[in-house]
Amino acid sequence: MPRVTVGTRLRRRRVTAVADVTLAVASGEAVGLLGPNGAGKSTTIKMLTGVLVPTAGRALVCGLDPVRERRELARRIGVVFGQRSQLWWDLPLVESFDLHAAIHRVPPARYRERLAECVALLDLGGFLATPVRQLSLGQRMRGEVTAALLHSPELLVLDEPTIGLDLASKERLRGFLSAVNARGDLTLVLTTHDLPDVERLCRRVVVIDHGRVLVDDDLAVLRQRFAGNRRLVVELTTPAPPLTGLAGVLDVAVEAQGLRQRLEFDPRVATAAELIARVAQRVELRDVAVDEPSIEDLVRTLYTGQLSPRSTSL
Amino acid sequence: MASHVYRRILASRIRGQLAYPGSFTLDVLAQLVGQSVELVVILVLFTQVTTLGGFSAGEVVLIYGLSATAFGLADLGVGQIEELPEHIRTGEFDVLLLRPLAVLPQLLSADVSLKRVGRVGIGLAVLVWSLDARHLDWTPVRVLVAATAPLVGAVILAAIWVATNAVSFWLVDGREVANSFTYGSSFSTSYPITIYGPWLRRVMCFAVPSAFVAYFPALALLGRPDPLGLPEALRWSSPLVALLAVVGSAWVWRSGVRHYQGTGS
Repeated sequence: MPRVTVGTRLRRRRVTAVADVTLAVASGEAVGLLGPNGAGKSTTIKMLTGVLVPTAGRALVCGLDPVRERRELARRIGVVFGQRSQLWWDLPLVESFDLHAAIHRVPPARYRERLAECVALLDLGGFLATPVRQLSLGQRMRGEVTAALLHSPELLVLDEPTIGLDLASKERLRGFLSAVNARGDLTLVLTTHDLPDVERLCRRVVVIDHGRVLVDDDLAVLRQRFAGNRRLVVELTTPAPPLTGLAGVLDVAVEAQGLRQRLEFDPRVATAAELIARVAQRVELRDVAVDEPSIEDLVRTLYTGQLSPRSTSL
Repeated sequence: MASHVYRRILASRIRGQLAYPGSFTLDVLAQLVGQSVELVVILVLFTQVTTLGGFSAGEVVLIYGLSATAFGLADLGVGQIEELPEHIRTGEFDVLLLRPLAVLPQLLSADVSLKRVGRVGIGLAVLVWSLDARHLDWTPVRVLVAATAPLVGAVILAAIWVATNAVSFWLVDGREVANSFTYGSSFSTSYPITIYGPWLRRVMCFAVPSAFVAYFPALALLGRPDPLGLPEALRWSSPLVALLAVVGSAWVWRSGVRHYQGTGS
């Protein structure tokens, strides 16, 4: 039980935000940094982009030292901070883009091409002439991402890009980013609280806590290792009794008078395909869906597991 | 080139400010009045006394003119530095580091305030009038001093402000420290340093070199002896002091940026 004292004087305390993060990201990859508040995600990002000077250790981004070669690096990467605007708040959005392109010395033809592409994909046409301060958060974030991509960076770093956005805006942004990354010439590194961001965008996940890397693995491998059971949801044409007794099925929940059934199964015993085939032999299927275990569950498993005993004492 | 970028940034700032001519005019007037208050104080003072620290009214007004012009120019050029503590406190400073440009020019161009020409205007008017009224002995060197003193003084003040605002990199809220130097420098340069005690005088001559903004150049222009009997070389050394101040200030600034710790998230 932690001792709680009230009214003691604030004491200066040296906090080590990032203690031991070793990370190598290949070109074209999409990596998600996950972790609770104060885990050291943003600090890591800021050291990679030359904003903060590490007290120890070394970073190399696009072959450059982020501190000594900050300006050269800034030309080659794009950065989006969900809670900081890089646009000029009192200028119309398009003028912010103009300035950004000028700062990055983007050739006019290249700029027009890039801007037209973003305007089309992110649907910016309706508010290009609106001053940034009057934009909604969703509109502004689309603007921020556009600004970060105008100079065709090799690496796009996003710190909580979807924070505060509504579902539709999040989805639109994720769709865009995944399309841009899929072209293969842009590496993505993002931090997020929002696990669907990672599910949608990243093949590789790095979980950071207390300034250390807890896990660094392929998303699929992580799911296999940590998440236990998956769930098969079947919709039937006619009501049927609970589909019990199938190999690997641990639990059956019946909904809509037997028209919809949720089968929890152990993926190590039966694959989803095997299970669907066996269910289809017994009943007539109208629709099937497989619920993936969410990364939320996965991260919770990590935190409550032996991997991080400290976080359980909170 | 980078200068082309800053031209565009500045142009966009200035366009914004001129968009409302009425309010811009009022702003300039307010600055003008604000700066004149000090002149009024000096004039009121001289209805009670005939000399101030060994200087006549006309001579003090000359010092004031030099100081006000230098202050106005410095304020126009680097006045935005007073936003630095706020940028650091809110973490907005991050954004400046993400652009492929030097940080200080970005900060200074981000919110240039054209209304500050009001200060320069009043200072220049007083300076020109008092230079004319003093019937000075115009040697070529004095002409050079008169022409460059406001600029040299502005450089000294700008260097002081940049260095003192950079304190915010180490102190969470360095604004008060910085403000006392920014606005204190207007006050401390407007009067002959002879009115201050010896300890404060030494600070103004050698630590925070504000005596070189107006007092020493004024002695050079007036060609009169220094009541303090300080070496004559001092009155000609403002440009050198400006150079040293810039070098020192640049060093403080660089260390500060490296010490920047950001804010959470």
